[in-house]
This record gives sequence, structure tokens and C-alpha cells, in this order.
Amino acid sequence: MSVPLAQWLSSEAPTSRRHAILSNAYRGVRSFLANPTALAGLVIVAVLVFLAIFAPLLTMGQSPLDQDLAGRLAAPSAAHWFGTDELGRDVFARTLYGARVTLTIVALVSIVVAPIGLAVGTIAGYLGGWVDVVLMRITDIFLAFPRLVLALAFAAALGPGIENAVIAISLTAWPAYARIARSETMTIAGSDFIQAVVLQGASTRRILFRHIVPLCLSSVIVRLTLDMAGIILTAAGLGFLGLGAKPPTAEWGAMVSSGRDVILDQWWVATIPGIAIFIVSLGFNLLGDGLRDVFDPKSA
Amino acid sequence: MRKAGAAGAIVQPQRRHLAATVVRLTGSFVVSLAVTFVGLTAVTFLISRLTKIDPVLAVVGDKATKAAYDNAYHALGLDQSPLVQYGIYLKRLLIGDFGMSVLTSRPVLTDLVRVFPATFELATIATVIGVLLGVPAGVLAAARKGRWQDHVIRVVGLFGYSVPVFWLGLVGLFVFYGKLGWVAGTGRLDVFYDDEVTLRTGVILIDSALDGNWEIFANAFSHLILPASILGYFSLAYVARMTRSFMIDQLGQEYVTAARVKGCSFWRAVWRHAFPNIMVPLITVIGLSYASLLEGAVLTETVFAWPGLGLYITRALFNSDMNAVLGGTVLVGSVFIAINQFSDLLYKLFDPRLRTR
Repeated sequence: MSVPLAQWLSSEAPTSRRHAILSNAYRGVRSFLANPTALAGLVIVAVLVFLAIFAPLLTMGQSPLDQDLAGRLAAPSAAHWFGTDELGRDVFARTLYGARVTLTIVALVSIVVAPIGLAVGTIAGYLGGWVDVVLMRITDIFLAFPRLVLALAFAAALGPGIENAVIAISLTAWPAYARIARSETMTIAGSDFIQAVVLQGASTRRILFRHIVPLCLSSVIVRLTLDMAGIILTAAGLGFLGLGAKPPTAEWGAMVSSGRDVILDQWWVATIPGIAIFIVSLGFNLLGDGLRDVFDPKSA
Repeated sequence: MRKAGAAGAIVQPQRRHLAATVVRLTGSFVVSLAVTFVGLTAVTFLISRLTKIDPVLAVVGDKATKAAYDNAYHALGLDQSPLVQYGIYLKRLLIGDFGMSVLTSRPVLTDLVRVFPATFELATIATVIGVLLGVPAGVLAAARKGRWQDHVIRVVGLFGYSVPVFWLGLVGLFVFYGKLGWVAGTGRLDVFYDDEVTLRTGVILIDSALDGNWEIFANAFSHLILPASILGYFSLAYVARMTRSFMIDQLGQEYVTAARVKGCSFWRAVWRHAFPNIMVPLITVIGLSYASLLEGAVLTETVFAWPGLGLYITRALFNSDMNAVLGGTVLVGSVFIAINQFSDLLYKLFDPRLRTR
């Protein structure tokens, strides 16, 4: 089946709208698959999602919260693959369940940050004039803020918790997307097809949401993937300081923190969640680099 | 340009042009600095209003009478509109009044002045390490693009982008202090030396050297080197990546080929011809990495019990000492903003291509 389909997909002259979209996607997927590091990143992220979803099955019913004070700080063994922590909880189960917290934070930040950035950026770029000046000035102000310290102050004021960590991180993360969306919009707004839509009488809202936003999406998604590692590290940092998910929730940063005092004798308590954070942010970094190479060959 | 100097009439307007550019750039630097500062303080003001901690109780204590409470409420301006309150807040910040710290019972400003040198020392040494290793690494990676040196440097950088700093600090302590015993542990000095050094600048390396007390200097260095190397590693990752990409741009230019054709050796072309051209953007990158280290120090200081700004802020945080948290945030934020904007200004001043805009 593959030869005619591959030929149809890599055709230089698309015959329909769907044909063009499909062959574009086909070329993107092929160049992505040809990039081994990007593929490695994708595999890591996919494994993370898999582990998070099937955590209850993979831990064979072992709860991340069950305490066993008699078996506290036990070294890795057949019963506890990654050992147990200071309350005798299974580190393996906590690490797997911790993936859920990390994914939740990453997903929530993306949901908050991308629409805000897109809205501010496209409106500023398309309308121009004083709207642009004001919006970009605000963006620049937020861009110049120290990310971690501000997130810290916010989390301190709002109290610990995943939602507050997400708000704190989003607050300092959106400006980059507004910048990207604005510069993309300014290029797109000058092109002929936008002029054509304007002449057909399309409203500003229609132009923004139906014609400009979809074209900005790919750069925003690439940037989001590249930022994921930073978001995960900031979230873990907040967790480490006790400002992430509330205890006893299994959260990687907080787990590292709880293993601090015993690192000289029971290294696994702090080391294993740290390795988990590292592998996941590495995965997002590799994936982001790969996506950037695919979508923006110039910067490779 | 030099030849045109003979005809003064040609040079004159260009000089005026340069001076005017400097004035214009400096002006816009000051304005954008001020605007960003107002934005930062607006956010910290907002945070101070979001917190559930009653600012009045922090002043009068929880055993105060109703009248004393109301007096303090009025004195703090809490019965006025938020905009007026923000005005009061900004005015107090500008004269250095950050309020009293609940934890230390001292003015927050005094505390900040006391702890800042420790963070400054840590971030500076870290940046020095990052630049001394990162710039040559980036140049090497660009010059050997696609070969094993480039790959090794890329992997080292990728690791730096992905590893949590607090975890690396813990592992570093575990290995180099706990297992190998190569460096001293947490803190700035061994407890034994704590009151031995007379504080002049607050930077122990400088103070002990001024005293000629090399024993303390060695001890302080042994405490500093691990946290500084770990922070410096993050700076290295960023500086090396940026240096590599700037250098690749330059090495693809025709003047490099021309220099090579004229018989210039490869490394001479890299360092003498291409490198000067990446110095300007590199200054900006170094400035940015320095600013981010000041804030990255927060987590490192917590791990290493390093008595700087970061530890001060986190300790205040757990004691609900909002004045101290926000004072620290404003200070880190202001330094961060100032360095950011200043490196931006330097970039525009030193790159003639950007002056004409």
C-alpha cells in the first residue's frame, strides 16, 4: 500500500486542501522521525504519559501514601525496587505517581499560558498602534521579571498547592508566547491572503481566530515544548522548597527535599526522584529541539 | 573613516550623531528601567494584598486593643484606595523602607544589605567559572561543528538544561563532601572561624585576603567552590550554547574565508578575526546569565545553607515574614532588571549596526 500512498503524500502539487494538509504533515513526521534525538525525546515523554496513566497497575496496587514505619528507609530490594522513604512509603510507587503531578502542572501551565500569549500577541501584532505599544510594554515588563523568585513570592502569598504553583509559573511564562505570536502575526498580516479576506469583508475577530491564530500555533507549540523542561524544573524547585503540591502528595521536588537529611546514608530517597525530574526534562528538551528543527529549519 | 577625518566638516556631524545616539539610548534605558521597576513593584504590591497575613497584626501584634488596631490600620493607609496605597508603598520603597522583618526584628533593608554580599560572591564566582569554561567550549564546538567535540559539548549543555539545580547540589555534597571529602560542607565558613573575619565588604574571600588571613581564605574557598561550580555549570551550559551559535554564524562569513585564503591559520582566523565580532552579543548573554544566576542562587543557597539572599527569602517564607519576602523579591527583581536592561544598552551602544535604528 505504501508506495502509491507515500507518492500521493509527497506530491509536489496537492489536488485538494486535505491533500495539502496531509502531505505537509507527512513531510513533518518524516523529517521528525529522521532525527534520532527528537525521537528519543518523544519516547521519553510517551513513556512518562504511559507511566502516569497506568501507575496503579504498574505498582501492583502499592499505594504511594501507605506508611510502614517498621520498614522505613529500607534499601532498594525486590519488594521495594527503589527502597522506602523516611515514613516507609514505597519510593517506586511515589515516583510513578509523581509523574501524574508533573504532567498535571505541565498541562495546566500550557492551557493557561498559550491562549494568553496568543491573544495578547496576535491582537498587538494585528491591530498595531497604541494597542500594540501598551500590550508589548506590559509584556516586556513581565519578561524582565525574575521567574523563580516571583513564583516563590506568589506561591508564598497564595499558600502551597498545585493550582497556586501553576498560577505562579504561568504569570512569568506567558510573555515569551506573546512575543512570538506578535512577530508571526506581523509577518502574516502583511501577506496577500489576509488582504483578500479583508476585502471579502471578514471581521477582525474572524481574521484573528480563523486565519492568524492557526498559523501562529506551530511556533507556539514548539516554544512550549522547549519551555516544558524549564517549567518542570521551576515546579520541582517550588516543590523542593515546600511550595508545590501539599503533602503527602507524591511530588518529585518535595521527595528530593524529604531525602535531604538522609542523603549520606540513604541516598535513594533523594536521588531517585531527582533522576526522574532530570529524565523528564531531558525528554522535553530533546523533543523541543527536534520539533524546532522540523518546523524551523533555519535555526538548526 | 580615518581618511575622512582630514575634512572636519564630514566628521563633525557623525560625532554629533554618535553623542546623540548615546543620549537617546541612555534615555530610553532609564525610561524602560523605570517602567519595569514600576511594573515589578505593582506586582509585589499585589502579592502583599493577596496574602492572608494581616499587615496590621504584623505591626501591632495579636494582643492589641481595637483602638490600637484601628490606629495602625489608618497609619498604614489601608483605609485608602488601592492606588493611593500603591503610591505610599512605592514612596516607601524609594527611600529604602521595606518595613520590619518579623523574624529578625530588624529593618528588612538592614538584613538585605547584610546578606547580599554572600549571594554576590557566589553568583560572581559562578559566572567567572561559567564564562571561562563556556566561551572556549562554545568556540570549540563551533569550530569542530558536527564532530565529536561538538557532540560532547552539546551533551554537557543538554544535561545542564535538564538537571534540577537543587538535586545536583545534594548529589555534589554527597559525593565531594560526604564520600570524597575534597571540599568543606555547607555554610560559608567552618563554625570555628565564624567570628574571626572582620567584615568590610561582606565578601569573605576579599575580607580575609585584606586581613592577610590565608587560613580563613582557604576555608572560605573550600566552602565556596562546590556551590559556585554547580551554579557555574548552568551558566556554562547557556554561555556555551550561545557562543557556539554566534560563532557558527561568523565562521560562515566571507571575511573568514578571505583571511584563510590569505594564509591565516584556522585558529588565528577563529580567535583574531571571528571572535571579536561575537564579543558584543556575548556580553549580553553573560549579563543575562549573571542575572539568572542571582535568582538561581535561591535554590542552591537553600541546599548549601549559604547565608545569602535566597536563604533569607526562603527562611522568611516559612515564618510568614511577608515584608522580608517581598523586600528580597524587590531587591532580586531590581538587580535582575537592571542587569538585563544594562546588557541590552551595552549591546546597542557597542554594535554600530544597531545605532542607526
